[in-house]
Amino acid sequence: MSALPSNNPYLPMVAEVVDQMEEAPDIVTLRLRLTEPHERDAYRFEPGQFNMLYLGRVGEVPISISSDPAEPELIDHTIRAVGRVTEGLVRLREGDKVGLRGPFGTGWPMQKAKDRNLLVITGGIGCAPTASVVGYAHERRDQYGKVTVLHGVRQPRDLIYGNRFDAWCDAKDTQCLFASQESGPNWKWHLGLVTELLDQVEPEAIEGMIMMCGPEPMMRAVAEELLRRGRPIDDIYLSMERSMQCGLGHCGHCQYGPDFICKDGPVFPYARVRKLMKVKGY
Amino acid sequence: MDTAFMPKEGLDDLIRQLADSGYRVFGPTVRAGAVVFDRVDSAAQLPVGLASVQEPGRYRLEESGNRRFFDFVNGHESLKRFTFASQEKLWSFSADGTFQSGLSESPRTAVIGARACDIAGMKVQDRTFLKGKHSPHTDPYYADRRRNLFVVAVNCTVCVSTCFCASQNAGPMAEDGFDISLTELEDGFVVETGSAAGEAIAAKLDLIPPKGARERAEESIKACAQAQVRYIDNDGIYELLFNNLEHPRWDDVAERCLSCANCVMVCPTCFCHREVEVPSMDGTGSDHVRQWDACFTLEHGSTHGRHLRPEVRQRYRQWLTHKVGAWWEQFETSGCVGCGRCITWCPTGIDLTEEIAAIRDQPGEKAS
Amino acid sequence: MEKPKISVHKFSSCDGCQVQILSLEEELLQLADRVDIAFFAEATSRMNPGPYDVSFVEGSVSTPHEIERIQHVRDISKVVVSIGACGQSGGLQALRNWGDLTYYLNDFYTEPEHIDALPQSTAFHDHIDVDWEVPGCPPDQGQLKYVINSLLSGAKPNLPSEAVCLQCKRDGNVCVLVSQEQPCMGPITRTGCGALCPHQERDCYGCFGPQGGGNIDALGRRFNGAGLTPTDVVSRLRLIYSWAEPFREASRRWEQGAQGAPLPPQPHKHGGMRS
Repeated sequence: MSALPSNNPYLPMVAEVVDQMEEAPDIVTLRLRLTEPHERDAYRFEPGQFNMLYLGRVGEVPISISSDPAEPELIDHTIRAVGRVTEGLVRLREGDKVGLRGPFGTGWPMQKAKDRNLLVITGGIGCAPTASVVGYAHERRDQYGKVTVLHGVRQPRDLIYGNRFDAWCDAKDTQCLFASQESGPNWKWHLGLVTELLDQVEPEAIEGMIMMCGPEPMMRAVAEELLRRGRPIDDIYLSMERSMQCGLGHCGHCQYGPDFICKDGPVFPYARVRKLMKVKGY
Repeated sequence: MDTAFMPKEGLDDLIRQLADSGYRVFGPTVRAGAVVFDRVDSAAQLPVGLASVQEPGRYRLEESGNRRFFDFVNGHESLKRFTFASQEKLWSFSADGTFQSGLSESPRTAVIGARACDIAGMKVQDRTFLKGKHSPHTDPYYADRRRNLFVVAVNCTVCVSTCFCASQNAGPMAEDGFDISLTELEDGFVVETGSAAGEAIAAKLDLIPPKGARERAEESIKACAQAQVRYIDNDGIYELLFNNLEHPRWDDVAERCLSCANCVMVCPTCFCHREVEVPSMDGTGSDHVRQWDACFTLEHGSTHGRHLRPEVRQRYRQWLTHKVGAWWEQFETSGCVGCGRCITWCPTGIDLTEEIAAIRDQPGEKAS
Repeated sequence: MEKPKISVHKFSSCDGCQVQILSLEEELLQLADRVDIAFFAEATSRMNPGPYDVSFVEGSVSTPHEIERIQHVRDISKVVVSIGACGQSGGLQALRNWGDLTYYLNDFYTEPEHIDALPQSTAFHDHIDVDWEVPGCPPDQGQLKYVINSLLSGAKPNLPSEAVCLQCKRDGNVCVLVSQEQPCMGPITRTGCGALCPHQERDCYGCFGPQGGGNIDALGRRFNGAGLTPTDVVSRLRLIYSWAEPFREASRRWEQGAQGAPLPPQPHKHGGMRS
């Protein structure tokens, strides 16, 4: 019998692409299924966690899981083609195989957020990790209050995930607002910063649990604005990104002060990272 | 086993007994003007009669004027490369889409001449690589080498100017973490055992009662600790450094720092490694290999091709604030064992004890 | 599926880079199974005029005709990979960039009118968009294989830009700068060679060009500390990669004199020492 993967956390399991969904140009959701039945049965994850995906002969990258944990046999990864490995991953088709290790890291505080409104704030392309939050709440509509999604981009053409946003906007008790720093043809939403959208949502939305993902300066600006508006720091969570290579807290690439982002994050309470986020080059 | 005494000639016997017990035996030898660990089969290969003179950015071997084996103190290599390989295959990928582990039982290896600081460094790395309070995962490659390592410690009776293990509670005497420990005196060695494997080897040696040798050894070790000039004031050091992330001293050190990563590579506790792909030329398989890495390279702190720490000051700060600061919060110990290698082997002689003292001497404004 | 068409083109060079490919031997045959080697004058008499999927170019641009040739290669190639120091920086022959071409022509050649050379020997990226650069004089076979394999997998080849010192220490070499005061260029030189020279107890002479994040002035000051003059430092920088911007600019600074006090500082008493 082959050694169990848990014996060697560096060794990938084999997963098959069972579906491939194009979200936007350069953005693809890969639906993966572990091929070994015992590995598939044992696999569980939480929203906000990530896997290391390996593309044969090319390399391994961390990708957050965007599907619902109630169906752990089908694991979705929304991938943007931005580098050596991801450019290959988005070209995969049904039936192709990849290596998969995981899940790794901390998830979103979905237990703590129960019975509360959710304020999801994203920027740029950083919305993949928060997609799991919105999906999770929508699947368990009675457990969560209103869901408000604020999404900021630099320019109108950065507004991707069109279909996903359309579906969210149509969902019950869900409001989506968009902001772009630059104007463009047919831009019908807010022109300016995502922080300014806070003025456009109902006060109860801001009272909710806050979960953010996106560029660090944006997350910091939003978090500080929310603190100025009197929101307690313990209600603010964010997902950080670094070049994770092992996922195990061994390789050091995601060292962030006293934390490894792969193991102690990627989801952190803002209080934990607030001080370092102010420092350039950390 | 009680403390015993081994005459000088016994060292050859120790090497032979280890080899006969199936260990590959490594010991200190001289190469390219420095002491390195290499395979040995007799005590004659050891750097007898040599001492090292170490200053920031400078290492020289000189005649010690005596016939002792271990007065050289140390070279650039610690125990690290015996437990955490500098490059190794983690696994390979085949054309059929399967993965084969690169893990194989490592050879049993004995290292003669590990210093207390080296053992302390290994214990610090245990907290990263072995499952426990500080790590959720065991690195099986590290664990395998660690399990098959036999450590012959040598307590230091001599130190060099760059040593400050005493300040880091990491020496000069090895309290545990060894199989056999030796303390060298003029006429021989005080011998102690620290494990069953060590007992088994010691039982094959011609040992005699120590008489007063143990007391003489303890005095020499104590004198060695007292002779150390450098130190780190660890009191509140995590807060000190993280409250001074914009201190002008980071700019000052960046003018001297080459960003060459030698400090990281010689550090017994630095654990960073990167994973690289080595595809075969026939287009079928691939080896997935890891190598020691360092936070001084541009790529180390890159995400999506963007450099997080483009400036030298940011990279030096990343290294030092983690090593002696955040390590306490993360692993409940300092990441520095006071071996002094980063001082000696920094080509431009950057001395972390001086950098820390400079910041402590004139702390800047506290970050809010 | 049709095999990708590969070509190899020589410019002003010693051909050593092509030899690095040729001497892959068995692995070159494995490669030949996967690609169509359409143009490689040193290896085959086939002269397929293109277009090509991937063109490897080596040598520097040092004649007007070579400017036209490299532009043509660019026009007929999907991907252009520059291999070697000459293609990346102008190479050893860029030493002439520091002098006066007419002097060299008139003093060294009996019939200078037959020589149609540009005043400077330059890198390909000064004339065309180069997709990827493989450093080194000569480039390393492991890096060449990695780049070829990556391109055939449709992946970006990310070669590390770190210092030679990392590989030197991985290999267990003793630092010849610290232990012997040899003016080793390793700390500011890019990795890839496998730390060949330090492995032979010799100082690195920088044949892979500047590393990504090095501090050249600090190494110059270290060389001062080892007894080299600022003029010596200029000479260390002006060799194979003299025309690569970081070495070029640093050497100009050092022509003006030392860029700070020698390193390491003399042993001194400081706050990290007991009184």
